[in-house]
Amino acid sequence: MAISIIFLPLLSFIFCFLIGNKFTYRVYQILTTAILILCAIFSWIIFVQFLGTKDTEIIFILNWITSGNFIVDWSIRLDTLTAIMFIVVTTVSACVHLYSIGYMSEDPSKVRFMGYLSLFTFFMLALVSSNNLLQMFFGWEGVGLASYLLIGFWHHKDSANKAAIKAFVVNRVGDFGYAIGIAGIFFIFGTISFDNIFEQVDLFKDHQIQFLSLSFPTLDLLCFLLFIGAMGKSAQLGLHTWLPDAMEGPTPVSALIHAATMVTAGVFLVARMSPLYEYATFTNLFITFVGAATAIFAASIALTQNDIKRVIAYSTCSQLGYMFFAAGVGAYNASIFHLTTHAFFKALLFLSAGSVIHAMHHEQDMRKMGALFKKIPFTATMMWIGSLAIIGFPYLSGYYSKESILENAYYNSNSIAYFAYVVGILTALLTAFYSWRLLFLTFHGDSRSEIKIYEHAHESPYVMTIPLLILAIGSIFSGVFFADYFIGYYKKEFWDGAIILSKGSHKYLPLTQSLISKSAVAIGILVCVLIYANNLNRAKNLSYNLDPLYSLSKNKWYVDELYHKVFVLTFFRLANFFWKKGDEKTIDGFGPNGISWLVAKSSNYISMFQSGYLFHYAFAMLGGLVIILTWFLYY
Amino acid sequence: MVDWPLLSVIIFLPLIGGLIILFIKEDEISSNNIKWSALLTSVGTFILSLILWLQFDYLNPSYQYIEKFRWFNDFNFYYHIGVDGISLFMILLSTFLTPICILASWNNVKKRVKEYMLAFLFLETVMIGMFASIDILLFYIFFEAVLIPMYLIIGIWGGSRRIYASFKFFLYTLLGSVLMLIAIIVMYRNTSSMSIEFLQGNYFAFNTQIFLWLAFFASFAVKIPMWPFHTWLPDAHVQAPTAGSVILAGVLLKMGGYGFIRFSVGMLPEATELFIPLIMTLSIIAVIYTSLVALAQTDIKKLIAYSSVAHMGIVTIGIFLVNQQGLEGAMMQMISHGLVSAALFLCVGVIYDRMHTREIEFYGGLVQRMPLYATVFMIFMLGSVGLPGTSGFVGEFLVIVGAFKFSSYVVVGAAFGIILSAVYMLYLYKRIIFGTITNDKLADILDINFREKIILIPLAISVIILGIFPNIFLDPMRLSLEVVISNYEVANAK
Repeated sequence: MAISIIFLPLLSFIFCFLIGNKFTYRVYQILTTAILILCAIFSWIIFVQFLGTKDTEIIFILNWITSGNFIVDWSIRLDTLTAIMFIVVTTVSACVHLYSIGYMSEDPSKVRFMGYLSLFTFFMLALVSSNNLLQMFFGWEGVGLASYLLIGFWHHKDSANKAAIKAFVVNRVGDFGYAIGIAGIFFIFGTISFDNIFEQVDLFKDHQIQFLSLSFPTLDLLCFLLFIGAMGKSAQLGLHTWLPDAMEGPTPVSALIHAATMVTAGVFLVARMSPLYEYATFTNLFITFVGAATAIFAASIALTQNDIKRVIAYSTCSQLGYMFFAAGVGAYNASIFHLTTHAFFKALLFLSAGSVIHAMHHEQDMRKMGALFKKIPFTATMMWIGSLAIIGFPYLSGYYSKESILENAYYNSNSIAYFAYVVGILTALLTAFYSWRLLFLTFHGDSRSEIKIYEHAHESPYVMTIPLLILAIGSIFSGVFFADYFIGYYKKEFWDGAIILSKGSHKYLPLTQSLISKSAVAIGILVCVLIYANNLNRAKNLSYNLDPLYSLSKNKWYVDELYHKVFVLTFFRLANFFWKKGDEKTIDGFGPNGISWLVAKSSNYISMFQSGYLFHYAFAMLGGLVIILTWFLYY
Repeated sequence: MVDWPLLSVIIFLPLIGGLIILFIKEDEISSNNIKWSALLTSVGTFILSLILWLQFDYLNPSYQYIEKFRWFNDFNFYYHIGVDGISLFMILLSTFLTPICILASWNNVKKRVKEYMLAFLFLETVMIGMFASIDILLFYIFFEAVLIPMYLIIGIWGGSRRIYASFKFFLYTLLGSVLMLIAIIVMYRNTSSMSIEFLQGNYFAFNTQIFLWLAFFASFAVKIPMWPFHTWLPDAHVQAPTAGSVILAGVLLKMGGYGFIRFSVGMLPEATELFIPLIMTLSIIAVIYTSLVALAQTDIKKLIAYSSVAHMGIVTIGIFLVNQQGLEGAMMQMISHGLVSAALFLCVGVIYDRMHTREIEFYGGLVQRMPLYATVFMIFMLGSVGLPGTSGFVGEFLVIVGAFKFSSYVVVGAAFGIILSAVYMLYLYKRIIFGTITNDKLADILDINFREKIILIPLAISVIILGIFPNIFLDPMRLSLEVVISNYEVANAK
């Protein structure tokens, strides 16, 4: 069953790819969607088995690379963590497949789109089910490829192509760390399959390693290198710039890849390697810090964006920050829990946003929306549910997972964890603000769109609303249903050693702290209501009065501009310098061209001896005679 | 095993085919016969070489299919050929690419078709002969003979600046050739043997080794090419006809890598150990420097040529790590590069045949008119970038794994190449393929035709097969490489 979950999407991709023009596009749409729904059903069956007492299972498929003692297999590791990722990936993917039938109905290349979605799903499943780091890397780069293809899906748009390259290259920067990390792990442990690594962790607790002439604690260094990969894929501070630009892709892609699944691969990696991370003290502090910083940084940008998808994109970035600092403080289960609930409500938000965009004829600017609740009440309701879930409204899914993350940060003793806790609460405030701002601007107030577009706004067809409904159910109930298993009473039996669980028992926040965190959310909502509820002039004035801060947030803290100046321009300058000055001037100048110049020049001089004048020759002979005679006289 | 001289047949079949072609009269009608005879000859050779692979004994580390005849009575010079795990895939690469080259030249070579085909078939003979030689003088003869058809291909059927390109090529190789011949003579005078097999177990005095090593280095470093001896390559590629570039990138560059494994590492272990830091430094510079230079190119072929230098940098790193992962990685990288860069040059050839320019700026938006072309180009681009699941990844990654034992600087340098290769290839792809068609001349460009499909699709499939089942290539070469490594370690342990 596990094998069919992974390979069925690949088969449907191959089917679309090789014989994509034999039948009408409906055949492909229905087939790929049906296959994904089947996969989702299988995944849930497996997941339910793991809710019971199923043991970890490793399915060997084929030997991949054997080189000396470097042995890598294609195989499937089926444990609780994989089962969770399976349901997340296949459920969201099935919804997105179904949704795309409606969303892409006017696009000329529907088959290609469905094929790419299935390809992505295959790579993502290969990633989460891997039993070693290299197969994971295969999935890891594979999802990067699928993401590249789908961001640049509308390849006639220059901005889409640029965003696609940016995504791939920034991810490659992360992969640079990941690849070195794998090589390092092989060097230290002599293996890259998970169980064999974890068995030996104890031996290397106090081990030191030389890297670039510096000495590091081995586990810290290895975890750090892997984490660079995770930062790239999960768009953490510094390597986050590609994620907002990735919104150039069609909206279902944003929902599937850039919200629910691919971007969480970094979190998954850290959780998967948790037995290693457990001992990486310094790296954990770093992860906590980066996570917390990303959470608040991205939230601060989301406050002022006007593109509906960009707001949600930055919100994704910020929520990923939450997951990372949870992992950093050792609460891997809370982190994965948030990953799961987030997948549902963020996919819901994106698909609802897509439904809005669909209704508004591809308008994404919230300044040109407003009052859409009356026109598309179902979509608006869905968006409300998603937003309430993300801000942690009690008893919706986000409430449980976010609360659990804050609890873990609070009860951790180090100061960076405390910093993360404070930042987490502040971010919750900002989250509440920008989520409500989005709702107000889009669905309430007065309509600011052209009358014609507004009049034409219509609710989406069933193929698009049914996925919303499914995801909404997930957003509401996944928290209350899973909490006991992921973080609560049954957690030990449920996880069954798939990740490291924090030692202490589950504690709730003290009442004061709990009140603070809830009131932070309330304040966020309140401020938002005050500013945006009935007219927008207040917001305009405020942005004018707080100009430096506002511009900073609006322009994404100028990170893109900085990177462009520091990296892009430097590299191109260096490239031209090496080419013109290095290759052409220096190497060729002194090499072949220099030698030929020298030969030509000296033959010119030598040929002057052959002047044809007799007295020249006579003089030369005389000179020669003098030299020879002198020679003989001396020796 | 086979009881007839299979290897000799494989070596000389192309030449015999070429000689038969010589007797076909060349005019409008019969020029097709010339092409077909050349194609059939090379396909036949390829099929025979597959037998070589199928019958190959994986468990035998030394030479197989050995044929040995004394050539000169006065000294120990033999016609001595055989195949081991190292040369097997080099031979297969040559026999696989030659028919592809002939097909690729089907319509775009108009003048002197007979001589052109003869040049390619002769080239095939000497390439295979070189990889199969066990006698070093025989090796030398073939090694130098490769240059003759290559000069002619660039010089006669090349672009407008072909004379400059071949002159540059000549200057670079001249010095190496002379020194290599001297080195071979010195080796013979020391041991009175010319057998590669014998010399690999027989060590020279340390000082002699240093001289010999430098002499071979001069020859192979130019061939492969290493920085700073690489500047002939971009010019040669740009001026060569498509098929010439394919053979140049696909096989000729591998002569350098093959030589390094056989001669430098295999016969001169102590000198190799001494010079490893030099090689590593030059290789890391090659990876980073040429990747950056590739980024700035405006000519598609030049860009791919520079990327070749960067990929060969990974190969030299792998070879001189002298451990299992490094050497196997280097071999995989060579095979993969042989397929991928050959395919990329063929892709350039496809649009060059249609538009007669290789300027990147001229193109853009080709996907709108040529979706199939865009797809195969994408596969090769990914292979070049080293995406897991394509052939490019296995070699690169094995080298990185092997390098960790040696030095973290080398690891970081090689891995940095991962980022840069993505940058220049994706940037190239975007400029040529994506976007909308803005150039009116491209408005009617046609997608790849049946002949081009036959050329490109097998290559695309092999790139993926190599990435997913690399073991079918790694298994046969394993034991032969182990012998090289253990020889090296024994010599340096003394």
